[in-house]
Amino acid sequence: MNITEFIKNIETEIDEFEDGSLRPDTNLRQTKAWTSMHALILIALIDTEYNVTINGEDLRSITSIEDLFNIVKERVED
Amino acid sequence: MAYLTIDNIQLSAISACVPKNRESNKDYDWISEKERELLIKTTGIEFRRIAPRHITTSDMCFASAEAIINELQINREEIEILLFVSQSPDYFLPATSIILQDRLGLNKSTMAFDIQLGCSGYVYGLSVISNLMNSGKFKKGLLLVGDKSSFSPSRKDKSTYPIFGDAGTATLLEYNPSAKKMDFNLQSDGSGHKAIIIPDGGMRNSYSEESDKMVEVGPGIIRNRKNLELDGIEVFNFSLREAVPNISNLLKYNSTEVSHYHFFIFHQANKLMNESIRKKLKIESEKVPYSLQKFGNTSSASIPLTLVTELSSELKDKELNVLFSAFGVGLSWASVSLMLKNVICLPLIEIE
Repeated sequence: MNITEFIKNIETEIDEFEDGSLRPDTNLRQTKAWTSMHALILIALIDTEYNVTINGEDLRSITSIEDLFNIVKERVED
Repeated sequence: MAYLTIDNIQLSAISACVPKNRESNKDYDWISEKERELLIKTTGIEFRRIAPRHITTSDMCFASAEAIINELQINREEIEILLFVSQSPDYFLPATSIILQDRLGLNKSTMAFDIQLGCSGYVYGLSVISNLMNSGKFKKGLLLVGDKSSFSPSRKDKSTYPIFGDAGTATLLEYNPSAKKMDFNLQSDGSGHKAIIIPDGGMRNSYSEESDKMVEVGPGIIRNRKNLELDGIEVFNFSLREAVPNISNLLKYNSTEVSHYHFFIFHQANKLMNESIRKKLKIESEKVPYSLQKFGNTSSASIPLTLVTELSSELKDKELNVLFSAFGVGLSWASVSLMLKNVICLPLIEIE
Protein backbone atom coordinates (compact mmCIF):
# COMPACT_ATOMS: atom_id res chain seq x y z
CA MET A 1 0.00 0.00 0.00
CA ASN A 2 1.15 3.55 -0.60
CA ILE A 3 0.11 6.89 0.77
CA THR A 4 -1.06 8.35 -2.56
CA GLU A 5 -3.60 5.55 -2.95
CA PHE A 6 -4.55 5.89 0.72
CA ILE A 7 -5.31 9.60 0.29
CA LYS A 8 -7.22 8.93 -2.92
CA ASN A 9 -9.42 6.45 -1.07
CA ILE A 10 -10.23 9.05 1.57
CA GLU A 11 -11.04 11.67 -1.09
CA THR A 12 -13.29 9.22 -2.91
CA GLU A 13 -15.12 8.10 0.22
CA ILE A 14 -15.62 11.50 1.84
CA ASP A 15 -17.45 13.84 -0.55
CA GLU A 16 -16.45 16.91 1.42
CA PHE A 17 -12.82 16.41 0.36
CA GLU A 18 -12.30 17.16 -3.30
CA ASP A 19 -9.74 15.26 -5.37
CA GLY A 20 -6.28 16.62 -4.71
CA SER A 21 -7.33 18.60 -1.63
CA LEU A 22 -5.55 16.37 0.89
CA ARG A 23 -1.81 16.02 1.50
CA PRO A 24 0.18 13.65 3.71
CA ASP A 25 0.63 16.43 6.28
CA THR A 26 -3.07 17.42 6.34
CA ASN A 27 -4.57 17.26 9.82
CA LEU A 28 -8.03 15.92 9.01
CA ARG A 29 -9.57 17.05 12.29
CA GLN A 30 -8.53 20.62 11.60
CA THR A 31 -10.02 20.78 8.14
CA LYS A 32 -13.12 22.93 7.81
CA ALA A 33 -15.33 20.07 6.65
CA TRP A 34 -14.44 17.61 9.44
CA THR A 35 -17.20 16.35 11.78
CA SER A 36 -17.48 13.37 14.12
CA MET A 37 -19.45 11.57 11.39
CA HIS A 38 -16.34 11.61 9.20
CA ALA A 39 -14.48 9.64 11.88
CA LEU A 40 -16.98 6.80 11.42
CA ILE A 41 -16.76 6.98 7.63
CA LEU A 42 -12.97 6.85 7.86
CA ILE A 43 -13.05 3.86 10.24
CA ALA A 44 -15.46 2.01 7.94
CA LEU A 45 -13.27 2.77 4.92
CA ILE A 46 -10.10 1.50 6.59
CA ASP A 47 -11.90 -1.58 7.87
CA THR A 48 -13.35 -2.45 4.46
CA GLU A 49 -10.27 -1.59 2.37
CA TYR A 50 -7.46 -2.77 4.65
CA ASN A 51 -9.20 -4.98 7.23
CA VAL A 52 -7.63 -2.86 9.97
CA THR A 53 -9.41 -1.52 13.06
CA ILE A 54 -8.84 2.11 14.02
CA ASN A 55 -10.08 3.16 17.45
CA GLY A 56 -10.93 6.50 19.06
CA GLU A 57 -7.51 6.67 20.73
CA ASP A 58 -5.74 6.28 17.37
CA LEU A 59 -7.76 9.14 15.89
CA ARG A 60 -7.00 11.37 18.88
CA SER A 61 -3.27 10.60 18.70
CA ILE A 62 -2.67 11.44 15.03
CA THR A 63 -1.88 14.90 13.69
CA SER A 64 -1.61 14.07 9.98
CA ILE A 65 -2.85 11.66 7.34
CA GLU A 66 0.67 10.26 7.26
CA ASP A 67 0.39 9.30 10.96
CA LEU A 68 -2.84 7.47 10.20
CA PHE A 69 -1.32 5.81 7.16
CA ASN A 70 1.58 4.56 9.29
CA ILE A 71 -0.78 3.05 11.87
CA VAL A 72 -2.73 1.25 9.13
CA LYS A 73 0.44 0.10 7.41
CA GLU A 74 1.87 -1.29 10.64
CA ARG A 75 -1.33 -3.24 11.36
CA VAL A 76 -1.61 -4.57 7.80
CA GLU A 77 1.92 -5.93 8.16
CA ASP A 78 1.08 -7.61 11.47
CA MET B 1 -19.72 -20.64 22.71
CA ALA B 2 -23.41 -20.35 23.47
CA TYR B 3 -24.81 -22.23 20.51
CA LEU B 4 -28.36 -23.47 20.78
CA THR B 5 -30.59 -25.55 18.52
CA ILE B 6 -34.32 -25.50 19.20
CA ASP B 7 -36.86 -27.79 17.55
CA ASN B 8 -40.63 -27.80 17.18
CA ILE B 9 -41.28 -24.06 17.29
CA GLN B 10 -42.86 -22.21 14.42
CA LEU B 11 -42.85 -18.45 13.99
CA SER B 12 -46.43 -17.85 12.76
CA ALA B 13 -47.21 -14.14 12.74
CA ILE B 14 -45.66 -10.74 13.34
CA SER B 15 -47.24 -7.38 13.96
CA ALA B 16 -45.62 -3.99 14.59
CA CYS B 17 -46.84 -0.68 15.91
CA VAL B 18 -45.30 2.80 15.78
CA PRO B 19 -46.48 6.21 16.97
CA LYS B 20 -48.20 8.27 14.29
CA ASN B 21 -46.05 11.27 15.19
CA ARG B 22 -43.14 11.48 12.75
CA GLU B 23 -39.98 13.57 13.01
CA SER B 24 -37.66 14.25 10.11
CA ASN B 25 -33.92 14.61 10.52
CA LYS B 26 -34.16 17.30 7.85
CA ASP B 27 -35.80 19.44 10.55
CA TYR B 28 -33.19 18.68 13.23
CA ASP B 29 -31.97 22.26 13.57
CA TRP B 30 -29.54 21.60 16.45
CA ILE B 31 -26.96 20.93 13.70
CA SER B 32 -26.25 22.78 10.43
CA GLU B 33 -28.02 21.88 7.21
CA LYS B 34 -24.80 20.43 5.82
CA GLU B 35 -24.35 18.22 8.86
CA ARG B 36 -27.97 17.10 8.62
CA GLU B 37 -27.44 16.01 5.01
CA LEU B 38 -24.29 14.11 5.93
CA LEU B 39 -26.09 12.52 8.89
CA ILE B 40 -28.98 11.30 6.74
CA LYS B 41 -26.66 10.04 4.02
CA THR B 42 -24.30 8.23 6.38
CA THR B 43 -26.74 6.76 8.91
CA GLY B 44 -29.49 6.20 6.34
CA ILE B 45 -31.96 7.61 8.86
CA GLU B 46 -34.36 10.25 7.58
CA PHE B 47 -37.55 9.80 9.62
CA ARG B 48 -38.23 8.61 13.14
CA ARG B 49 -41.49 7.91 14.95
CA ILE B 50 -41.63 9.60 18.33
CA ALA B 51 -44.20 8.58 20.92
CA PRO B 52 -46.03 11.32 22.84
CA ARG B 53 -45.78 11.26 26.62
CA HIS B 54 -48.85 9.08 27.16
CA ILE B 55 -47.78 6.22 24.84
CA THR B 56 -45.46 3.58 26.29
CA THR B 57 -43.62 0.66 24.73
CA SER B 58 -46.19 -1.69 26.26
CA ASP B 59 -49.02 0.25 24.55
CA MET B 60 -47.41 -0.38 21.17
CA CYS B 61 -46.76 -4.04 21.99
CA PHE B 62 -50.33 -4.38 23.26
CA ALA B 63 -51.76 -2.99 20.01
CA SER B 64 -49.56 -5.38 18.02
CA ALA B 65 -50.57 -8.39 20.12
CA GLU B 66 -54.29 -7.53 19.96
CA ALA B 67 -54.04 -7.29 16.17
CA ILE B 68 -52.55 -10.78 15.92
CA ILE B 69 -55.09 -12.30 18.33
CA ASN B 70 -58.03 -10.70 16.52
CA GLU B 71 -56.88 -11.15 12.92
CA LEU B 72 -55.85 -14.77 13.36
CA GLN B 73 -58.72 -15.50 15.75
CA ILE B 74 -56.39 -16.90 18.35
CA ASN B 75 -57.93 -18.53 21.40
CA ARG B 76 -56.44 -16.50 24.27
CA GLU B 77 -56.59 -19.62 26.49
CA GLU B 78 -53.94 -21.24 24.30
CA ILE B 79 -51.33 -18.55 24.97
CA GLU B 80 -49.23 -20.10 27.70
CA ILE B 81 -46.25 -17.76 27.78
CA LEU B 82 -45.75 -14.03 27.33
CA LEU B 83 -42.31 -12.48 27.21
CA PHE B 84 -41.71 -8.71 27.18
CA VAL B 85 -38.25 -7.62 26.02
CA SER B 86 -37.54 -3.93 26.55
CA GLN B 87 -35.40 -1.30 28.26
CA SER B 88 -38.33 1.08 28.62
CA PRO B 89 -40.76 -0.70 30.98
CA ASP B 90 -43.96 0.86 32.36
CA TYR B 91 -42.61 0.90 35.93
CA PHE B 92 -39.45 0.12 37.87
CA LEU B 93 -41.64 -2.67 39.22
CA PRO B 94 -43.71 -4.76 38.66
CA ALA B 95 -42.61 -6.32 35.39
CA THR B 96 -44.53 -5.02 32.36
CA SER B 97 -45.15 -8.54 30.96
CA ILE B 98 -47.42 -9.30 33.91
CA ILE B 99 -49.49 -6.16 33.35
CA LEU B 100 -49.77 -7.17 29.69
CA GLN B 101 -50.96 -10.67 30.66
CA ASP B 102 -53.98 -9.09 32.34
CA ARG B 103 -54.52 -6.38 29.74
CA LEU B 104 -54.56 -8.96 26.94
CA GLY B 105 -57.07 -11.06 28.86
CA LEU B 106 -54.76 -14.05 29.08
CA ASN B 107 -55.28 -16.91 31.49
CA LYS B 108 -53.68 -16.82 34.94
CA SER B 109 -51.90 -20.01 33.97
CA THR B 110 -49.77 -17.92 31.59
CA MET B 111 -46.08 -17.70 32.35
CA ALA B 112 -44.92 -14.07 32.04
CA PHE B 113 -41.67 -12.22 32.66
CA ASP B 114 -39.47 -9.42 31.30
CA ILE B 115 -36.03 -9.53 29.76
CA GLN B 116 -34.02 -6.31 29.95
CA LEU B 117 -32.10 -6.14 26.68
CA GLY B 118 -31.95 -3.59 23.86
CA CYS B 119 -30.58 -4.04 20.33
CA SER B 120 -29.95 -7.78 20.71
CA GLY B 121 -33.31 -8.35 22.44
CA TYR B 122 -35.33 -9.87 19.62
CA VAL B 123 -32.88 -12.70 18.99
CA TYR B 124 -32.29 -13.30 22.71
CA GLY B 125 -36.05 -13.21 23.37
CA LEU B 126 -36.71 -15.64 20.55
CA SER B 127 -34.18 -18.09 21.99
CA VAL B 128 -35.70 -17.96 25.49
CA ILE B 129 -39.38 -18.20 24.54
CA SER B 130 -38.76 -20.93 21.94
CA ASN B 131 -36.74 -23.01 24.34
CA LEU B 132 -39.37 -22.77 27.10
CA MET B 133 -42.19 -23.50 24.66
CA ASN B 134 -40.36 -26.55 23.38
CA SER B 135 -39.66 -27.83 26.92
CA GLY B 136 -43.25 -27.35 28.07
CA LYS B 137 -44.93 -28.12 24.73
CA PHE B 138 -46.74 -24.79 25.13
CA LYS B 139 -49.34 -24.39 22.37
CA LYS B 140 -48.77 -20.70 21.77
CA GLY B 141 -46.54 -17.91 23.00
CA LEU B 142 -46.27 -14.16 22.55
CA LEU B 143 -42.92 -12.42 22.23
CA LEU B 144 -43.48 -8.69 22.76
CA VAL B 145 -40.45 -6.61 21.91
CA GLY B 146 -39.70 -2.92 21.57
CA ASP B 147 -38.61 0.35 23.06
CA LYS B 148 -39.64 3.94 23.51
CA SER B 149 -36.02 4.94 23.04
CA SER B 150 -36.98 8.60 22.64
CA PHE B 151 -37.46 8.94 26.40
CA SER B 152 -33.78 9.38 27.14
CA PRO B 153 -31.66 11.24 24.54
CA SER B 154 -30.97 14.94 24.92
CA ARG B 155 -32.19 16.93 21.91
CA LYS B 156 -28.86 18.75 22.07
CA ASP B 157 -26.90 15.53 21.54
CA LYS B 158 -26.32 14.93 17.85
CA SER B 159 -24.77 11.53 18.56
CA THR B 160 -28.02 10.07 19.95
CA TYR B 161 -31.10 12.23 19.30
CA PRO B 162 -31.36 11.81 15.48
CA ILE B 163 -30.69 8.06 15.60
CA PHE B 164 -33.50 6.46 17.59
CA GLY B 165 -37.18 5.89 16.86
CA ASP B 166 -39.94 4.23 18.89
CA ALA B 167 -41.70 0.95 18.06
CA GLY B 168 -43.37 -2.03 19.74
CA THR B 169 -43.94 -5.42 18.14
CA ALA B 170 -45.57 -8.80 18.74
CA THR B 171 -44.50 -12.19 17.41
CA LEU B 172 -46.71 -15.28 17.70
CA LEU B 173 -44.93 -18.59 18.15
CA GLU B 174 -46.57 -22.00 18.06
CA TYR B 175 -45.60 -25.51 19.07
CA ASN B 176 -45.47 -27.57 15.90
CA PRO B 177 -43.50 -30.86 15.68
CA SER B 178 -43.05 -30.37 11.93
CA ALA B 179 -41.41 -26.95 12.34
CA LYS B 180 -37.80 -26.70 11.18
CA LYS B 181 -35.10 -26.12 13.81
CA MET B 182 -33.70 -22.75 14.81
CA ASP B 183 -29.95 -22.34 15.41
CA PHE B 184 -28.68 -19.59 17.68
CA ASN B 185 -25.32 -18.07 18.56
CA LEU B 186 -25.64 -15.79 21.61
CA GLN B 187 -22.83 -13.65 23.10
CA SER B 188 -22.06 -10.83 25.54
CA ASP B 189 -19.20 -8.55 26.68
CA GLY B 190 -19.87 -6.41 29.73
CA SER B 191 -16.45 -4.76 29.52
CA GLY B 192 -18.13 -2.48 26.98
CA HIS B 193 -21.10 -1.58 29.15
CA LYS B 194 -20.21 2.12 29.15
CA ALA B 195 -20.34 2.37 25.36
CA ILE B 196 -24.14 2.78 25.42
CA ILE B 197 -25.46 3.80 28.82
CA ILE B 198 -27.90 5.94 30.79
CA PRO B 199 -25.60 6.56 33.78
CA ASP B 200 -28.00 7.79 36.47
CA GLY B 201 -31.31 6.60 37.86
CA GLY B 202 -30.51 2.98 38.69
CA MET B 203 -29.10 1.62 41.93
CA ARG B 204 -25.44 2.20 40.92
CA ASN B 205 -25.92 5.97 40.56
CA SER B 206 -29.24 7.00 42.01
CA TYR B 207 -30.65 10.42 41.07
CA SER B 208 -28.93 13.42 42.59
CA GLU B 209 -28.68 17.11 41.79
CA GLU B 210 -25.75 16.22 39.56
CA SER B 211 -28.01 14.06 37.39
CA ASP B 212 -29.81 17.07 35.92
CA LYS B 213 -26.75 19.17 35.18
CA MET B 214 -26.39 19.78 31.44
CA VAL B 215 -22.75 19.39 30.36
CA GLU B 216 -21.13 20.11 27.01
CA VAL B 217 -19.04 17.00 26.40
CA GLY B 218 -18.05 17.74 22.81
CA PRO B 219 -19.09 19.62 19.68
CA GLY B 220 -22.86 19.31 19.31
CA ILE B 221 -23.22 17.23 22.44
CA ILE B 222 -24.88 18.74 25.52
CA ARG B 223 -26.52 16.28 27.89
CA ASN B 224 -27.05 15.30 31.52
CA ARG B 225 -26.57 12.02 33.34
CA LYS B 226 -30.18 10.95 32.87
CA ASN B 227 -29.70 11.11 29.11
CA LEU B 228 -28.52 8.29 26.90
CA GLU B 229 -24.78 8.32 26.16
CA LEU B 230 -23.40 6.63 23.07
CA ASP B 231 -19.74 6.26 22.14
CA GLY B 232 -20.15 6.07 18.37
CA ILE B 233 -16.63 4.91 17.56
CA GLU B 234 -16.58 2.23 20.27
CA VAL B 235 -19.95 0.83 19.20
CA PHE B 236 -18.99 0.97 15.56
CA ASN B 237 -15.77 -0.94 16.11
CA PHE B 238 -17.48 -3.45 18.38
CA SER B 239 -20.07 -4.24 15.73
CA LEU B 240 -17.50 -4.70 12.99
CA ARG B 241 -15.30 -6.79 15.28
CA GLU B 242 -18.00 -9.06 16.74
CA ALA B 243 -21.06 -9.28 14.48
CA VAL B 244 -19.15 -10.70 11.53
CA PRO B 245 -17.48 -13.64 13.37
CA ASN B 246 -20.70 -14.29 15.32
CA ILE B 247 -22.49 -14.87 12.02
CA SER B 248 -19.60 -16.78 10.39
CA ASN B 249 -19.40 -19.08 13.42
CA LEU B 250 -23.15 -19.72 13.32
CA LEU B 251 -22.83 -20.69 9.67
CA LYS B 252 -20.04 -23.10 10.61
CA TYR B 253 -22.11 -24.48 13.50
CA ASN B 254 -25.10 -25.32 11.33
CA SER B 255 -23.07 -26.11 8.17
CA THR B 256 -24.63 -23.50 5.94
CA GLU B 257 -23.21 -20.80 3.69
CA VAL B 258 -24.25 -17.27 2.86
CA SER B 259 -25.84 -18.56 -0.35
CA HIS B 260 -28.25 -20.77 1.67
CA TYR B 261 -30.13 -17.70 2.91
CA HIS B 262 -32.77 -15.69 1.09
CA PHE B 263 -32.49 -12.78 3.49
CA PHE B 264 -30.29 -11.45 6.27
CA ILE B 265 -32.21 -9.18 8.60
CA PHE B 266 -29.86 -7.08 10.67
CA HIS B 267 -30.65 -4.95 13.67
CA GLN B 268 -31.19 -1.52 12.10
CA ALA B 269 -28.26 0.27 13.76
CA ASN B 270 -27.15 2.63 11.03
CA LYS B 271 -26.50 2.26 7.34
CA LEU B 272 -22.73 2.73 7.41
CA MET B 273 -22.32 0.04 10.07
CA ASN B 274 -24.75 -2.45 8.55
CA GLU B 275 -23.32 -2.01 5.07
CA SER B 276 -19.79 -2.59 6.40
CA ILE B 277 -20.96 -5.84 8.01
CA ARG B 278 -22.78 -6.87 4.84
CA LYS B 279 -19.71 -6.25 2.68
CA LYS B 280 -17.38 -8.12 5.04
CA LEU B 281 -19.66 -11.16 4.86
CA LYS B 282 -19.95 -10.77 1.06
CA ILE B 283 -23.74 -10.72 1.11
CA GLU B 284 -25.56 -9.34 -1.94
CA SER B 285 -27.28 -6.05 -1.17
CA GLU B 286 -30.73 -7.28 -2.29
CA LYS B 287 -30.65 -9.84 0.52
CA VAL B 288 -30.37 -7.18 3.21
CA PRO B 289 -33.54 -5.14 3.71
CA TYR B 290 -33.65 -1.82 5.56
CA SER B 291 -36.40 0.00 7.44
CA LEU B 292 -33.90 2.55 8.81
CA GLN B 293 -34.78 5.37 6.45
CA LYS B 294 -38.39 5.45 7.63
CA PHE B 295 -38.08 4.54 11.32
CA GLY B 296 -34.45 5.00 12.48
CA ASN B 297 -32.85 2.64 14.96
CA THR B 298 -35.81 1.10 16.79
CA SER B 299 -33.76 -0.93 19.30
CA SER B 300 -35.03 -4.50 19.81
CA ALA B 301 -38.05 -3.85 17.57
CA SER B 302 -35.93 -3.29 14.48
CA ILE B 303 -35.90 -6.87 13.15
CA PRO B 304 -39.66 -7.59 13.43
CA LEU B 305 -40.42 -4.04 12.20
CA THR B 306 -38.22 -4.63 9.14
CA LEU B 307 -39.95 -7.96 8.46
CA VAL B 308 -43.38 -6.28 8.64
CA THR B 309 -42.55 -3.22 6.56
CA GLU B 310 -40.10 -4.64 4.02
CA LEU B 311 -40.75 -8.37 3.62
CA SER B 312 -44.42 -9.05 4.33
CA SER B 313 -45.33 -10.05 0.77
CA GLU B 314 -42.26 -12.29 0.45
CA LEU B 315 -43.04 -14.01 3.74
CA LYS B 316 -46.70 -14.63 3.04
CA ASP B 317 -46.55 -17.62 0.75
CA LYS B 318 -42.93 -18.68 0.57
CA GLU B 319 -40.48 -20.78 2.46
CA LEU B 320 -37.52 -18.58 3.23
CA ASN B 321 -34.23 -19.34 4.90
CA VAL B 322 -33.35 -16.28 6.91
CA LEU B 323 -30.73 -15.15 9.38
CA PHE B 324 -31.42 -12.48 12.00
CA SER B 325 -28.45 -10.75 13.59
CA ALA B 326 -28.56 -8.10 16.30
CA PHE B 327 -25.82 -6.26 18.19
CA GLY B 328 -25.50 -3.33 20.56
CA VAL B 329 -26.11 -2.14 24.11
CA GLY B 330 -24.64 -4.40 26.80
CA LEU B 331 -22.58 -5.10 24.86
CA SER B 332 -24.73 -7.97 23.70
CA TRP B 333 -25.07 -9.66 20.35
CA ALA B 334 -26.73 -12.71 18.84
CA SER B 335 -27.77 -14.35 15.58
CA VAL B 336 -30.33 -16.95 14.65
CA SER B 337 -30.77 -19.02 11.53
CA LEU B 338 -34.30 -20.23 10.83
CA MET B 339 -36.79 -21.13 8.15
CA LEU B 340 -39.87 -18.94 7.81
CA LYS B 341 -42.88 -20.55 6.19
CA ASN B 342 -46.16 -18.76 5.48
CA VAL B 343 -45.55 -16.12 8.12
CA ILE B 344 -48.40 -13.65 8.41
CA CYS B 345 -47.20 -10.07 8.73
CA LEU B 346 -50.05 -7.75 9.63
CA PRO B 347 -50.13 -4.21 8.24
CA LEU B 348 -48.17 -1.67 10.28
CA ILE B 349 -50.26 -0.15 13.08
CA GLU B 350 -50.03 3.55 13.95
CA ILE B 351 -51.31 4.90 17.25
CA GLU B 352 -51.57 8.42 18.66
